[in-house]
Amino acid sequence: MFGLLRGNQGDSDYEKKGVIVQGITGTYGSLHTKNMIKYGTNIVAGVTPGKGGQKFDGIPIYDTVKEAVDATNAKISIVFVPAKFFLGAAKDALESGIKLLVAIPEHIPVRDTMHALEIAKQNNATVIGPNTPGIMIPELIKIGIMPASPFKSGKIALLSKSGTLLYEIADSLTSAGFGQTITIGIGGDPINGTRLIDAFEMVKDSPDVEGIVVVGEIGGDSEEMLAQRIIDSGFKKPTVAYIAGRAAPKEKRMGHAGAIVMGTYGSAESKVSMFNKANVPVAKRPAEVPVLLAGKMVKSD
Amino acid sequence: MRLLEFQAKELFGEYGINILPSRACTSIEEGREHAKDLGYPFVIKIQVPVGGRGKAGGIQICKSADEFELKFPQVMGLVIKGEKARAILLEKMADIKKELYLSLFLNRSKRCYTIIASSEGGVEIESVKNQIIKEVGLGDIPIDVARETSHEMGLQGKTADDFVDILQKLSKLTVEKEAELAEINPLAIMQDGSLVALDGKFVTDDNSNFRHDELQKYQEKSLVEERAEKSGFSLVELDGDIAVVGNGAGLVMSTLDMLSDNGGKPACFLDVGGGATTESVYEALTLISKMSRVKGILVNLYGGIVKTTVVAEAFIMAYKDGVIDLPVFSRLKGAESEKAREMLQDSRTKIYDSVEEAINAAAMGVKN
Repeated sequence: MFGLLRGNQGDSDYEKKGVIVQGITGTYGSLHTKNMIKYGTNIVAGVTPGKGGQKFDGIPIYDTVKEAVDATNAKISIVFVPAKFFLGAAKDALESGIKLLVAIPEHIPVRDTMHALEIAKQNNATVIGPNTPGIMIPELIKIGIMPASPFKSGKIALLSKSGTLLYEIADSLTSAGFGQTITIGIGGDPINGTRLIDAFEMVKDSPDVEGIVVVGEIGGDSEEMLAQRIIDSGFKKPTVAYIAGRAAPKEKRMGHAGAIVMGTYGSAESKVSMFNKANVPVAKRPAEVPVLLAGKMVKSD
Repeated sequence: MRLLEFQAKELFGEYGINILPSRACTSIEEGREHAKDLGYPFVIKIQVPVGGRGKAGGIQICKSADEFELKFPQVMGLVIKGEKARAILLEKMADIKKELYLSLFLNRSKRCYTIIASSEGGVEIESVKNQIIKEVGLGDIPIDVARETSHEMGLQGKTADDFVDILQKLSKLTVEKEAELAEINPLAIMQDGSLVALDGKFVTDDNSNFRHDELQKYQEKSLVEERAEKSGFSLVELDGDIAVVGNGAGLVMSTLDMLSDNGGKPACFLDVGGGATTESVYEALTLISKMSRVKGILVNLYGGIVKTTVVAEAFIMAYKDGVIDLPVFSRLKGAESEKAREMLQDSRTKIYDSVEEAINAAAMGVKN
């Protein structure tokens, strides 16, 4: 993942990887394009069908991702199209050579997400999201909708299902002196292109990552799988978790399409108990995360 | 959305899955008519969108009109896990030899549908023994997989044939309606070896609603929920007295957890979405004002890009317009929070530095 986002030292585009914005002329797409550019992200092209040939803030717009990729050779795309059009947009990107697709939209039907992931698999590409705030290497590149202020460059990998909790916890980590190497929004949908376990695999061996913070929530078994992987792989870097939704009633969708407990499947108790087995402390409140992390960091010295 | 038993059975019927003769009704007058059609004895079953109704007394046998007159109002009046009866289903009695379990669900981490089947059904899934679990891709279940499942369950003769047929029909239904869960528990073996779906649970993907006009008749929303959806909010009504509002599902859940830890009782979960504007917060306060049980409002907003003064503006407008007359305990993180605090100095909205302080104040404030 670091290779895709940062490139290799010596490359002409090292730390300036080109990013395409699909849906660049929409309200949301245009607002966040400006914010990403401000953050230093190298936005090289936009895609809006029917608006090819026009420009947005000096950035060339194309009708299709294929044309945008041919012109720029970009390997990364961020998607802002309405949920109904996501599958078409993802297909266009993944079949045109995009290797990292960041899917921002919420309310995408599960079946469409699953089909998009099939196409991603066939084309050896990674999808982050849907329903994600995005991915960033603080102070270097931001491919997403997160505000800049909570994040600071550092040594912690932050993986989160939730958007605002990601900002909240990044903020408290930054205030406590824990900057972040990378932050990955998994997304709040039932099906995630990159599950917690996949995100963990992307960051765990990086020498730049000295600790991991996992922000989970009720629904599914992504957290349990991750905890099991931590146990099986004997992973030793300090890891701390937070799980939202302990007080949520069963069988009610709590805002995120994926945040629902069915029977015991997806319950907070199940996640907390698995993390405990993996020797990963689980914070009771977001503000407790840096405290627990500090405790783990000291012990590992 | 989650369908009620009788609605799930309607779909089962459409797809050719065997069900018993039954009629749903919402009043005893209607029920009496159905009772004549069905003939005694039959079972009356409360229709609620939660499990555990059998234990709560929501399923009763009626052998005569006298029993029906006695039991119908009792069952209709039950509240199970906070849910009132949506309807009562009258269903013929079945002469059962054995109960099986069968479900198809969307396996989120494996990203495919998964069959769970067992020859020991009739209890909640957590207690179902000898579960056979098979991951089956995204499309219809092939006949050889259905046969293999039946074989592993030890089914024979007509029962085995029926099972293969039902599993394939259930799979077609699940795929076509984009369901996350389709469960038949129990799936009963009758004396003649045939199979009948005695109960049904069916949960669809809300995000695919726009492709399924035919399912819209099953949509159940309160007026408040409907308005919330129009504004792009997510709202879950709960039974406490402190309304919890925030931006982002994770943040609101987290606030709910902390409030409960502190002895507060949430009245609702209200997520106004990633951003927050004067209009959205004003609309959220308007919605909350329609919930009579609410005694206080806890607001937790992580601004980021949002200016907190914009949110403060909404509180001031809501008080001025008489939309709310409740104390608001808020934590607003974001730009211009000093100015926001000044704006709210003389109002009933109190701004706190940390969410912990706001929660403590809310839990205490509402108690007194």
